[in-house]
Formats: sequence, structure tokens, C-alpha cells
Amino acid sequence: MTIEFEAPKPIVQMNAMLKTVAENMMRSTSREMDENEHAIPWDYVEFMHSAMRSMGGGGGLTIAEEKPKEGAEKRPPIGYQKLASQIEMLAWGDVGFYLITPGGGLGAAAVAAAGSPEQKAKFLARFNDDKPTYAAMCMTEPGAGSDTSAIRARAVLDEKTNEWVINGEKIFVTGGDKSFNEYEKLGKGFIVVWASIDPSAGRSGMRAFVVESGTPGVKVTKLEHKLGIRASDTAAISLVDARVPFENVLGSPTVEKTTTGFKGAMATFDATRPLVAASGIGVARAALEFLKEKLEENGVKIRYGLPRTKLTSIEKDVIDMEIQLRSAWLLTLKAVWMADNKKSNALESSMSKVRAGDIVTKITQKAVEIMGPLGYSREFLLEKWFRDAKITDIYEGTGQINRMVVARQILGYTGAELR
Amino acid sequence: MYSFEPNEEQQMLIDAVGKFASNDLRPAAHDAEENHAMPQKLVNKGWELGLLQASTPEAYGGFGDRSAITNVLAVEEMAFGDLAGALAVMTPSLFATPILLGGTEEQKQEYLPRIIEGAWAPYTGALIEYSFNFDPNELKTTANAEGGAYVLNGEKAFVPFAKDAEALIVYANLNGVTQGFIVKKEAAGLSISEEREKLMGLNALPMYRVKLENVTAERLGGASGHDFGLILDAMRVASAATALGVARSSLDYAKNYAKEREAFGVKIAQKQAVAFMLAEMAVELESMRLMTWEAAWKIDNNKEDSCVSAYLAFTGACDMAMMVTDRGVQIYGGHGYIRENPVELLMRNGRGFPMLLGLAIV
Ligand SMILES: Cc1cc2nc3c(=O)[nH]c(=O)nc-3n(C[C@H](O)[C@H](O)[C@H](O)COP(=O)(O)OP(=O)(O)OC[C@H]3O[C@@H](n4cnc5c(N)ncnc54)[C@H](O)[C@@H]3O)c2cc1C
Ligand SMILES: Cc1cc2nc3c(=O)[nH]c(=O)nc-3n(C[C@H](O)[C@H](O)[C@H](O)COP(=O)(O)OP(=O)(O)OC[C@H]3O[C@@H](n4cnc5c(N)ncnc54)[C@H](O)[C@@H]3O)c2cc1C
Repeated sequence: MTIEFEAPKPIVQMNAMLKTVAENMMRSTSREMDENEHAIPWDYVEFMHSAMRSMGGGGGLTIAEEKPKEGAEKRPPIGYQKLASQIEMLAWGDVGFYLITPGGGLGAAAVAAAGSPEQKAKFLARFNDDKPTYAAMCMTEPGAGSDTSAIRARAVLDEKTNEWVINGEKIFVTGGDKSFNEYEKLGKGFIVVWASIDPSAGRSGMRAFVVESGTPGVKVTKLEHKLGIRASDTAAISLVDARVPFENVLGSPTVEKTTTGFKGAMATFDATRPLVAASGIGVARAALEFLKEKLEENGVKIRYGLPRTKLTSIEKDVIDMEIQLRSAWLLTLKAVWMADNKKSNALESSMSKVRAGDIVTKITQKAVEIMGPLGYSREFLLEKWFRDAKITDIYEGTGQINRMVVARQILGYTGAELR
Repeated sequence: MYSFEPNEEQQMLIDAVGKFASNDLRPAAHDAEENHAMPQKLVNKGWELGLLQASTPEAYGGFGDRSAITNVLAVEEMAFGDLAGALAVMTPSLFATPILLGGTEEQKQEYLPRIIEGAWAPYTGALIEYSFNFDPNELKTTANAEGGAYVLNGEKAFVPFAKDAEALIVYANLNGVTQGFIVKKEAAGLSISEEREKLMGLNALPMYRVKLENVTAERLGGASGHDFGLILDAMRVASAATALGVARSSLDYAKNYAKEREAFGVKIAQKQAVAFMLAEMAVELESMRLMTWEAAWKIDNNKEDSCVSAYLAFTGACDMAMMVTDRGVQIYGGHGYIRENPVELLMRNGRGFPMLLGLAIV
């Protein structure tokens, strides 16, 4: 090992390609999708699906197993680094579009983190089928957001039919509509629903269940109207006596004294938090690049190398924004590099999410301020990026929850010692 | 490739320097500051770790090539112990590294072996000037070419160990461009203040004003001079690395204190208001560490934009050090304000980085 900051070639090449997609298929319809929430940019969806299939991935934005060529030197794995870079680039195009890129999303991530080899084979293959296919994850409930231990959804085993019977109300499910509702142009998706099999056991009683699209008793009851990321569907889903096969439970079907159930969720988050950071960073980079371009058009050049006292206030702001953006990206890269190298990265994942949540909101807010009326106007996408960026500090653990994770890690505290 | 792990050799260096910083420099920091004296014994011991020696080629008496990234790792460790101690140990680099980066072959042969092969000796450098809006690229000290020689006029500030220095690199404005000049102790027109600089922090490091009145000096790099940008980049990155060390020290003290100190029936670290401060300190620190590493890596790999990266890393690290060391004091409460405790010195040191550019180089 050593310290290096050279972007690997496969990542550079892929990003050059994704940049054209971002410019031609995303930016051109960004505004339209923002103003018509719940419309679906089918061109993008279908193009991305066939492009990713032809690239031979597992379907969707996933981590492809690298098969080294025979005789070739074994190269260090870069799957997560590649994924984070893809996401950053797509989010630079439009983060709402990125969120509806076909594939397994958080649902598949949960299966990958907590499922058995059989479950992985059964549930993850479909994303490579002919039609674009989605999966989603349902943790949040009206009464349980950050405090995931408070979820009320229940799963009871019906021993006669060997099925789980699930009841509960889930909200804010990203991709819930495309994953659960049946569309002619889409393949059969699923949602992963978190529920308790033993409420007296607290977190150790929590399990995730794969619920196939169209399952009776399950209904998308509402699509939210949002501040930003309006191309992405955010669904409320109710489950009333919904029956799923016994083998659809991820992890052990019985409750031991350990906290294995919940650890599955946490493992998902360690893997996905830097990816959320990456998506926010893409938005902030778009905003900062736009700002610099407009400043230059207006004859404002940023002079690097001067002492602070000699800089204009705009120069100071832009320089700070660049420091914030670059450092957040480096933290994100470090977190995914650790994942690639099988190092436990709970601390680094949450650090990248804390930093990104902070700086992407600050950068987009400042950019709108500096651009003045042009920043506030819907003529440009900048005001949209300001709205899009905010979600980074909310989902996959709010800024506060991730600060708590970081603090626990550096203090060596348990959840009981710091809550 | 991206990669975020020091190699084996670097790790050994980190461990060795870290041990010296924790066991020797850190315990001595308080008394050194209060007594305005850094024990020479400590400085010698630090010198024997061989940081400069390891980044000087064999041809000049050392045993390795300069690596900014390796030096950055070592400098953070050293500064974790004590900023004044670290700067004292590394003062000869202020003379040797610019020669390595910009000197002629003769200049390298003349100075490097005797610095590298000997015991710690006060060779130093003079960049800072006592003025508002100080800008290393627009110095007030001037150099004029007269015949084959250069004549310097002006005043330099914050020059470590100037009083005893054998020779120093003085930076001056030559037709609008900053250049380094080698000035020997006996040069006519060179005068060094009797009194040491009186500063908010860093009182263990003896620093002086240096006056130059028609001092004849040799130009770094000879008649064609040198690229000052390379030296400035190396100074910025070094400064950022010292900021990391100081901030990490404050975070370390604050974290341990917060786990011990009780209020309202719990450890104060269990209060989110304190725990979140610690988390934010850690995030800022790691952010600027990676910025600094990247800039150093770019220097080592001759990347075109290394000067922008070094500037951003330095600028960010200055702010980070202030933020982190301020919070270190905050977490200690009233006790943080008392000089018996270590965090107030770190806060005084933490304010200095924007004005102390030029006191370290990698
Ligand atoms: C657009 C969107 C998409 C989403 N997608 C998904 C999805 O796909 N699947 C899914 O399961 N969920 C999803 N979520 C839900 C998201 O993860 C939650 O909104 C988030 O975890 C916060 O929960 P909450 O909204 O209930 O806020 P609350 O938990 O009620 O928090 C409110 C405030 O209190 C703070 N707070 C809470 N607890 C603490 C504490 N212990 N210490 C300090 N501060 C605290 C929070 O930081 C926040 O500032 C999505 C949300 C949105 C808006
Ligand atoms: C120069 C000076 C003059 C002073 N003069 C006087 C005087 O004249 N008379 C007098 O009686 N006292 C005086 N004090 C004491 C001063 O009021 C206390 O230092 C102050 O109240 C903090 O208490 P502490 O130092 O014990 O810190 P602690 O209470 O130990 O606090 C340490 C840290 O924990 C934080 N913290 C503590 N409890 C909580 C909580 N529940 N939630 C979140 N964070 C928490 C604090 O904000 C602080 O950051 C003086 C102190 C100084 C330094």
C-alpha cells in the first residue's frame, strides 16, 4: 500500500462517457422533470438500462465482480470507487435522474448485505433482464425515522402456510412506485420491508423481508411532493396482512440474543452512506462549476495564491467552496476505498456523509446568493440544485445521526452511552 | 489508483516520530513555552530521527530522495508533540531544502553535506516580513543585481535561531519576483535584533528580526535563479501538516478530558453538544489531512496544478486548526482557559498558521 491520488483509468474513461449522458440526456430535461413531478423520463431510463447491460454489469449501478484476465497482474479492487464516481457524475447531470437509474438501489443493497447466497441469486439476477427493473427499501415510518428501533411494522409467521404476514405503514420510500407498482415498460421489482418478528426483543427482533411487486395487501398510498429531487418518486406504502414466502426473510428467521437483524441494516448503511455523499457532491460540483463559469463571463477571475487579506469576498467564498468540495470528495473516496479493500469503514462512511451533508448545502446556498437574481431565477438550474442538494443531509441518516456515529466511534462509546 | 495507506517504510517513520513526539516533545511543551526555552537535548534527539537526512540524496550526505508526502506524514507526527519543538528540530530544513530544490550543484556541494552529516546546527530561513497584507510573492525586501552580485535591503521577521545561525536563506524581491539568497553570518550589513520576537504563542522557539543594509549575497540557483513556486508549495504543504498535528493534539486532549469530566451525572462526552463538537473536529481534521496528502502527492508527481492544491490545503488547514483548537479549549470549560492545561497553548498556536508560513518546509 501507499498513498496515491491518481484516478484509475477505467474510472476516467467511464466518467467521460457518463458526462455525455449527463449533458445530453439529463441536463436537457432537468427542468421539465422538476416542473412535472412524477413524470418519468423514459428515454433516460431505457437508455441507461441498455447501456449498463451492454457493459456487462450485474444490471443497474452495482458493483461488478472483476474477473482478472488470465496471466494479468492482479489489480486492487475498485468496485466501490467506480460506483461512487459514477454516482457523482450522474448526480452532476441531475441527482433526481440518478435516483431513478434502473437497478436494485437500496433494496438490492439490503439483499446483498444481509441475504444468503441463494437469496442473492434469486433476487439480484433480475436487474439484468430485458426490461429496466427497480427495488426499494422501506425502513422509515410516520413515527420512526432516525430512531429506527421504534418501527411498528410487524411480521408474524403463519405456520400453516409457512408465510410471513406483514402489517405496517411505510413512508418516504425512494423508488417505491417503480419498484412495487406494475408498469408495462418495467420488469418485476420488489421492496425490502423492515419489520419486527418480536417487538419485545427490540433491535434484535428486526428483520428485512423481500416483498415482490404486486403482492396483495400492499399498496402505494401516496407519492410525495418535494422540495427537490422531483424526478425521483417518494412513496408511502401500506401493508395490510401482506403474505410473503418464508424464504423471503433476510437473515435468521428466529431471534437470538444478538443483534444480527439490525446489523444487516447498519452494514447496508456503511456501504451506502459514502454513495449518498457522492450524489450530493455531484450536485455541489455542478453548482460550483456553473458559478465559476458565470463569474468568468462577468469578468470575475479567481486569483489563487494570494493571502486572504488581499482577496475579494467572492474570491474568498469560491476558494472556501473549492476546499469544501474537494475535501468532501476525498473523504468519500477514502470511505469507498476502504470498502473495496475490506476494511471496516463505519467511521469514514459517516464522516463522508457528515461532511458532504454540510458542504453541499452550504455550497449551493452560497452559489445562489452570489449569483443574486440569476441564482434565484428558474431560468437557470442553480436554484434547482440548491433544492436538490438539501436531501443529502437528511436521508441515510441525518447529519445529526451521522455525527453521533462519528462521535461514538472516536470515543469508543456504545449506542447506550451516547444517544 | 487511489490509495490512502502509508507504505511500510512511511509507517515505520510515523511510529518513530510519533514516539518521540508523545514521549519527549509533548511532556516538555508547557515548560518550554513558559520558560521561553526549548531544551537543546530534545532538539538534538529530534534531529537524530533523520527526517532531513532521509530526504537528501546520498551525493549530498543523505540517504534518500525527497518525498513531500513522506515528510508531510512525519511533520504531522512531530507537530502533534509540540509546534515549537517541531519547528526547532526542522529549522535546518529552512536552509537545506530550498538549496535542494533550487540551488546550483556548487551550492548543494558546499552546504548540504556539512548540514546533513553534522549535529543539528542553526541554519535557517527568512521569509516573513513585519507588515500588514504580507504576501510572499510581493516582498518589500529588495534585491538588486550589481555586477555579478546581488545586494539586499530590507527587514525580515520571525527568523528562527537567527542569532546563532551559520547562514540563512533570505527571500527578497528581485524585479518583482521572489528569489532566495544565501546570506552568511559574517556578511557586512547584516544585523540581528538583540531581543527575541514577542509573540502570542511559539515562545519556546527563539525568533529574531533580521535587518539587511546593502548586504551582498549569493543568489539561490546562481545567475539564472530558481523557481520560487516550488519552495512556496513545499512551505504551504508543510505548514498545513503542522496544523494537522496541532489540531490532532487538541482533539486528543479534548476527547480524553470529555470522557473523564462529569457534569449533570454523566461524562460530558455523553452530551451531544460536546460529542458533536468532537465529531466535527474529527471530520474537519480528516478533511484537511486528505487535502494535504493530495497536495503533497501532486508535488511529488510534478502535477501541473500542485500549486493550487498546496494553496487550498494550506488555506483550509489554517481555518481547520483555528476551529479545532478553539473547541479544544471550549470542551475543557474554565479549565481550558488556565495555562496549567495544555489546550490554551494549542489554541494560541492554532491561530498562527496564516502568519507563520515560511517556518516549515517539506
Ligand atoms: C426524499 C426522501 C427519500 C427517502 N428515501 C427513503 C428510503 O428509500 N427508505 C427509507 O426507509 N427511508 C427513506 N427516507 C427517510 C429518511 O431516511 C428519514 O427522513 C430520515 O432518516 C430522518 O427521519 P425523520 O424524517 O423521521 O426525521 P426525525 O428522525 O424525526 O428527525 C427530525 C430531526 O431530529 C433530529 N434527531 C433525531 N434523532 C436525534 C438524536 N438522537 N439526536 C440528535 N438529533 C436527532 C434529526 O437529525 C432531525 O434533524 C427518505 C426521506 C426523504 C425525504
Ligand atoms: C477566568 C475565569 C474566571 C472565573 N470566575 C468565576 C467566578 O468569579 N466565580 C465563580 O464561581 N466561577 C468563576 N469561573 C468558573 C466558570 O464559571 C466555569 O469555569 C464555567 O461555569 C464552566 O464550568 P467548568 O469549568 O467546570 O466546565 P464544565 O462544566 O466541566 O464544562 C466542560 C464542558 O462541558 C460542557 N458541558 C457541561 N455540561 C453540559 C451539558 N449539560 N450539556 C452540554 N454541554 C455541557 C461545557 O459547555 C464545557 O464545554 C471562572 C472561570 C474562569 C476561567
